[in-house]
Amino acid sequence: MTDIPEDPTGIPLPDGPTDIIDTEYTVGQDNIETSIGPFGMDIHNPVFMISGLSIVAFVFYALALPEQAEAVFGALRPWLTSTFDWFFLASGDVFVLFCLFLIVSPWGSVRLGGRDAVPDYGYPGWFAMLFAAGMGIGLMFYGVAEPMSHFSSSLGGIATEGGARTDWAPLGAAEGDQAAAIRLGMAATIYHWGLHPWAIYAVVALALALFSYNKGLPLTIRSAFYPIFGERVWGWTGHIIDTLAVFATLFGLATSLGYGATQANAGLNELFGIPVSTTTEVILITGITAIALISVIRGLDGGVKVLSEINMGLAFFLLLFVLIAGPTVAILTLFGDSILSYLTHLPALSMPFGREDVNFSQGWTSFYWAWWISWSPFVGMFIARVSRGRTVREFVVCVLLIPTFVCVLWMSVFGGTAITQAVNDGVTAVANAPLELKLFQMLKELPLTGIMSFVGIVLVVVFFVTSSDSGSLVIDTITAGGKVDAPVPQRVFWCVFEGAVAIALLIGGGLGSLQAMVISTGLPFTIVLLLLCLAIWRGLASEPR
Amino acid sequence: MFKNIMVPVDLAHADGLRRALSVAAAMARMGDGRVTYVGVTAETPTAIAHTPAEYRSKLEDFARQQGAAANIQTAAHACASHDPGVDLNDTLLAAAKDLAPDLIVMASHLPNLSDRFWPSHGGQIAKRAMASVLVVRPAPATEDQT
Repeated sequence: MTDIPEDPTGIPLPDGPTDIIDTEYTVGQDNIETSIGPFGMDIHNPVFMISGLSIVAFVFYALALPEQAEAVFGALRPWLTSTFDWFFLASGDVFVLFCLFLIVSPWGSVRLGGRDAVPDYGYPGWFAMLFAAGMGIGLMFYGVAEPMSHFSSSLGGIATEGGARTDWAPLGAAEGDQAAAIRLGMAATIYHWGLHPWAIYAVVALALALFSYNKGLPLTIRSAFYPIFGERVWGWTGHIIDTLAVFATLFGLATSLGYGATQANAGLNELFGIPVSTTTEVILITGITAIALISVIRGLDGGVKVLSEINMGLAFFLLLFVLIAGPTVAILTLFGDSILSYLTHLPALSMPFGREDVNFSQGWTSFYWAWWISWSPFVGMFIARVSRGRTVREFVVCVLLIPTFVCVLWMSVFGGTAITQAVNDGVTAVANAPLELKLFQMLKELPLTGIMSFVGIVLVVVFFVTSSDSGSLVIDTITAGGKVDAPVPQRVFWCVFEGAVAIALLIGGGLGSLQAMVISTGLPFTIVLLLLCLAIWRGLASEPR
Repeated sequence: MFKNIMVPVDLAHADGLRRALSVAAAMARMGDGRVTYVGVTAETPTAIAHTPAEYRSKLEDFARQQGAAANIQTAAHACASHDPGVDLNDTLLAAAKDLAPDLIVMASHLPNLSDRFWPSHGGQIAKRAMASVLVVRPAPATEDQT
């Protein structure tokens, strides 16, 4: 009696052969389906409860004993980044080499989602989403600040005290040599924003996509560890991994949101005279959270993707404006020079051992690596969610090389303009301005200052929203045991919770100590990421090509 | 009566569909029509299937079983969605446009406060679909016992 017609608009058949892992576990088997009032819930037991309660407990701790929290976490972060700097640097190099190997290896032809899978998103939407989640707000604040900082410290030369270097210049500095200081400054900046951070994200994202789309495991962090821990990933080993990921993601987002509001407030004060106060900052967080809320309710296609594309459009517009209105020839020359100096200095900058530039390698590089790694579960999972249908080679090239290229361009345009203003025109305002105002000080030297500064502030806000909405989706998926169709009120809960934590920490203090704690999770996650390389290796080896 | 009946189904909660399935089968028998079961799945592994292709195969099995049990002609139409938690209504409406049913039979929950914030899928489909829509509420407890 049954007639199965051709399905022109349904699922493309077949997805092609994959190597499904044979496990008794089914997605959502540990979930509790219940209702809180009229709202349905479908949550993983115990990840949801442990994550939620421990986050509340840590917030109370930071609020009740701020000095103690500051002392504990404030000291923990510098200790980790200075003691384990060699480990962070060496691991970063491993991730880059591993990704480059995947591009040229025969496994590059493995397709995520099966041999005949079709990409879910076209290049513009896909690229906009992974870029908005991956770099976000940092580009706005550090695009001007970091090249300037490395340029100044390099030009200042080496300073020593008791045989140890006290300057912050990278490598051997470039005392008195302006051209060499610019090249070294740009190389150091691109090192922190180029291949290495994106390799970190690529490893996590590839592991999650591979084990979810090709191996049939739930889209949650623990699944990537199946080749290492086997069935134990469904027990407490997996609960701990997922809880840690939720923890790092939520606190990372909440503390960034708190600091971001402070910085946006300073920008608004400078431009429009809006007073710097906790009230303004709370209003900013509430506004950002409200827009993020609309985005998560509209979903991946109707909200997150649309905002990411708006974000990219605005960023490209600002980039193009600065390129044209700024010292165009100098920027374009610097762009070429920056790539060359990056490649020239890369072996020395990425050397984990025998470094004399301890302030730079520990205070900048090691800190950045811990920061990128602590964010990697969030960004990696989001990239995985939107990357079905790509081959491993296409995936790694697009996640590793293209964003690196864009970062070089961004840093050359923004940093290059600020450096040129300082070197050629003697403008010192950018160098003297606090971090949150450097971008706006640079724009002040260009035409249409008011309009472009406003575009800059809008971009800052939209960058925050795109991090907040994609982060809420990621946390919701992890705490729903890998289910992406859990009831909508859950993602609303996480989005609001994140804003509430940010407001509580902003008013009560504790942003600094909890952000330090998040960065401290970078150390255990580094070990986790190294294991993921092994898991990817094993996973790809069994895939039909 | 109705010749082409579409029934949205959630295979993870098939028990809750019994009444809607019976109504659809009865309508199909009455008009010698065909029932097409429409399922929406995520592209990630779900409780039902590891891949969208496996989901489609399970939906086809479900349609066969329903056809055999109710002695009606059945078909299956599986759809994949990037974000089924949010895109379900749009995906079902797109399926309705493709299948051009003359009746959609849809199971729905009893109205409650949450509908004020997130309208029920049945309500939204009834509001926007071009076909007639029959929203079937859960059976009262007394009917269940019989």
